[in-house]
Amino acid sequence: MSGAASTTSPRTTRALTVGGRVLAPVVVGLVGLAVWQLLVGVVGVSAYLLPSPSEIVEEFRANTDAIFEAARTTGGNALIGLVTGGLLGIVLAGLAAATRVVDSMLAPVVAALAVVPIVALAPVLNTMFGADAETGRRTIAAVAAFVPVFLNTLRGLRQTTPLQRELLATHAASAWQTFRVLTLPAGAPYVLTGFRVAGSLAVISALVAEYFGGPRGGLGAYISTSAATSAYARAWAYVGAAIVLGLAVYVVTAGLEWLVSRRLPATT
Amino acid sequence: MTATDTPTGESAVVARGLGKTFGSGARAVLALTDVDLEVAPGEFVSLLGPSGCGKSTLLRLVADLEQPTGGELSVFGKTARQARLDQDYGFAFQQAGLLPWRSVAANIALPLQLHGASRTERKERVAELASLVGLEDFTRSHPDQLSGGMQQRVAIARALAEKPRLLLMDEPFGALDEMTRERLQGELARIAAESGTAVVFVTHSIPEAVFLSDRVVVMSPRPGRITGVVATGIGREVARDDVLREDPRFHAKVTEVRETLHGRAAASAGREAR
Repeated sequence: MSGAASTTSPRTTRALTVGGRVLAPVVVGLVGLAVWQLLVGVVGVSAYLLPSPSEIVEEFRANTDAIFEAARTTGGNALIGLVTGGLLGIVLAGLAAATRVVDSMLAPVVAALAVVPIVALAPVLNTMFGADAETGRRTIAAVAAFVPVFLNTLRGLRQTTPLQRELLATHAASAWQTFRVLTLPAGAPYVLTGFRVAGSLAVISALVAEYFGGPRGGLGAYISTSAATSAYARAWAYVGAAIVLGLAVYVVTAGLEWLVSRRLPATT
Repeated sequence: MTATDTPTGESAVVARGLGKTFGSGARAVLALTDVDLEVAPGEFVSLLGPSGCGKSTLLRLVADLEQPTGGELSVFGKTARQARLDQDYGFAFQQAGLLPWRSVAANIALPLQLHGASRTERKERVAELASLVGLEDFTRSHPDQLSGGMQQRVAIARALAEKPRLLLMDEPFGALDEMTRERLQGELARIAAESGTAVVFVTHSIPEAVFLSDRVVVMSPRPGRITGVVATGIGREVARDDVLREDPRFHAKVTEVRETLHGRAAASAGREAR
């Protein structure tokens, strides 16, 4: 407020940090791409080992519609898995937090789910649900998403202290009120952390599950067919799309987490 | 209020032969035995004694946070449970126990919000309470931005939010430094006198008990029981300030309470009460 002179310097430093945080990785990426292109074009690495970035971009352009369609299939499977697995995780964590019996019943099951490579179930599930159904992949994504949401929610629901619970008791708060003003706000950031971790897992699981048969059409299925038919540049184009999809899910879930942890202090 | 309310002359707390045993069988611990106590409306009573004398347990029985295992207890003529449900008392813990995601204003407003006060009612009452405890400028801060003393003031404001006729305090200044402690003692005395609320105040500091109270209830451990009651004779109208702390009569009362604490504890239990 006290004039332009005093506001310039902090603004400049902020501009510098934003520039540093955004520009620096972009520069690194561009340099990396240039080196890559140089390796393939000038040094002469064989195209089947490593196609050049320009070829991959070419393939991306030529197959844009197919790539988007594939990303939608895989992304849809991941999303359905994330939502069902996540909701199941929240509900079961709620039960486990409320009753000791449920907790001790679920603990070993969840521990088993956490260490078993879920994707290994893909062939089995594909046979179970039929080769032309997406159900198997969605189930795999759901199981993968369930574990982190369950574990984090359970941890979140246990964040309240005895002192806080007694405080609510002295104010004659009902069970529902206690949940609403204490348990929920104390636990919500943990639930969102669970979803952030689960989001990436759901995408990876849905994608990798496509390598093991089932209907054509997803990113994973196209990556494996393209590679099998020696269309390496196209395979890389689909890999690129898979990376973008994973990043998109991560950004959305991390954004939600940030929003909740930031908004929560302001709740009245 | 409800029809169960009787005239203002009714005692805030009446305990007859009150006892509390934790656990059962060989592991049973007798925390409190045969307590007779009456607290008048508007009276400031301190429960004083060493660790393990049951003073906190007694307070928690009154607050219905624990259930007695013997004797009778009534709060404004009702059961402790009914008094809690009717919100006849406010409770201040040793730790402030603020909800970290809520602003100071929202923490103070918590009881009002729980009992369905409108937004405007809440806003008005919060402004009143914040100025009562001297935190007008901090209503939008969050607990982690406040010092321990300020947090404890927020807790006191919250306990007073619904204008309770009884304030139960469990060593609320126990975790504070001496200077903050003395300042808050003065403020509490003023608030209690202004609001006319009865206070039951648990402490293990003799000067604190004498400084604040109309009566000091001296307790001793193994098993926890009341071993003496000292009326301070310092009226409500006497300002609780540094003048009082220097007053020879104040020191005489401190000595009297100390003798009650040590003398009778040794006589009746046959050993030193630390």
